[in-house]
Amino acid sequence: MSFLAAIGRIVLSLFAAIGRVALFGFETISHLFRPPYYPREIGVALMQIGYFSLPVVGLTTIFTGGALALQIYAGGARFSAEAVVPQIVAIGMVRELGPVLVGLMIAARVTSSIAAEIATMKVTEQIDALVTLSTNPMKYLTLPRVLAATLVMPVLVAVGNIIGIMGGYLVGTGRLGFNAGTYLRNTIDFLEPSDIATSLAKGAVFGFLAALMGCYYGMQSGRGAQGVGRATKSAVVVASVLILAANFILTELFFAA
Amino acid sequence: MIELRNVHKSFGPKHVLRGVDLTIAKGKSMVIIGGSGTGKSVTLKCVLGLIQPDLGEVTVDGQDVTKLRQGSRERDAFLARFGMLFQGGALFDSLHVWENVAFRLLRGSLKKSKSDAREIAIEKLRRVGLTPDVADLFPAELSGGMQKRVGLARAIAAEPEVIFFDEPTTGLDPIMSGVINDLIREIVVEMGATAMTITHDMTSVRAIADDVAMLHGGTVRWTGPVSQMDTSGDAHVTQFISGSAEGPIETVR
Repeated sequence: MSFLAAIGRIVLSLFAAIGRVALFGFETISHLFRPPYYPREIGVALMQIGYFSLPVVGLTTIFTGGALALQIYAGGARFSAEAVVPQIVAIGMVRELGPVLVGLMIAARVTSSIAAEIATMKVTEQIDALVTLSTNPMKYLTLPRVLAATLVMPVLVAVGNIIGIMGGYLVGTGRLGFNAGTYLRNTIDFLEPSDIATSLAKGAVFGFLAALMGCYYGMQSGRGAQGVGRATKSAVVVASVLILAANFILTELFFAA
Repeated sequence: MIELRNVHKSFGPKHVLRGVDLTIAKGKSMVIIGGSGTGKSVTLKCVLGLIQPDLGEVTVDGQDVTKLRQGSRERDAFLARFGMLFQGGALFDSLHVWENVAFRLLRGSLKKSKSDAREIAIEKLRRVGLTPDVADLFPAELSGGMQKRVGLARAIAAEPEVIFFDEPTTGLDPIMSGVINDLIREIVVEMGATAMTITHDMTSVRAIADDVAMLHGGTVRWTGPVSQMDTSGDAHVTQFISGSAEGPIETVR
């Protein structure tokens, strides 16, 4: 009986957590329609989340694009389909790997730093100080970060897609003997506008989730250094899992026949 | 006037406040004393509405604090009348010192132009004994005593009617403590503000207080003017003042 009770408790606390996160998300979005706004904070967040993530996005995707080209060439060779490398790299990067990899890198880089920063502010009473200074922490801290991440992620995904395809191109033309002009033409001809649109839409959703989780766990942080550590860890883990789960759901939605 | 009536607050199984009754008259400096973990900070945060009491009433000039909705205009207007000095300073470490001090003046209903806000910030910094050149430093570049002073400058920047001090001398050397105590006293008198301080530093109490309240076991054990504190006849108060291990207050907590 106590075993069943334990399962029940876990399920209940899971639903409670989902409810809290959802309420937190709705509250964040509601502040989008209620002034005052803090444009300076949004600007800083755009720089932090967008501009400064570019190196990490570029490095991740260029290597993945290159490896993808090698794998498809080796795999395709088994049934004499080596020629499809440009098309598959393009599809693989744009539809799946671009958004997911960039999303996970943002979860690692941005979610962690947001969670640690807000948790530290909470622990050192800076969040209370904001309230006593008539400033709503949801407006001043959460909304700018979530908004910036949602806006800037599609751009990062687009950059990641391009650099990933370039990684495939470099390996394809340098190592696998593809003709440069043909490779590019095949890539461009094969990609549909809808592939790119869904890719960017995924990016926006992942950006929203990554920043929201950072803010949520930061605000929920317990006391002391341990509290900050736990908040950061939970934020990154949950953001990563949510990004992968959302990716599955979105792929099902966009591409299911 | 600030009034707390029968305020209760629990965190899980821990009953921190068990019916606090306290009245702070306008323009008076009330100091709340009591051991660690007796609910001094919780009491103060209940007045500010940072913590919602489970039961009881907190009124400021007749207005019920617990009824003000988070983020509403009434609550913003209410909070604009308060200043608070936090225990650790709680300065925003991403902002310059002057932006910290002028935080309220740079946004919201009290918004002023950037140059005016900076001017006021520098004037407030001077008031707490800091030179204008600290204005462009970051809080992390300051010593503990200087951070306290900046926190104090931020608390008084918007000319509040009520100022809260959360353990203003904790972590400071005796001389710096004395300086901060004198500053608090001067500022409160000069601004005619109502002050509510929590501390367990008895030097601080004697320097700052008009009235004293002792919190013990989640209720107000004794309250009265600071002049009567030594002759209160209450064993708890006497033990606390003398810092003796012998007495009704358990030393194992």
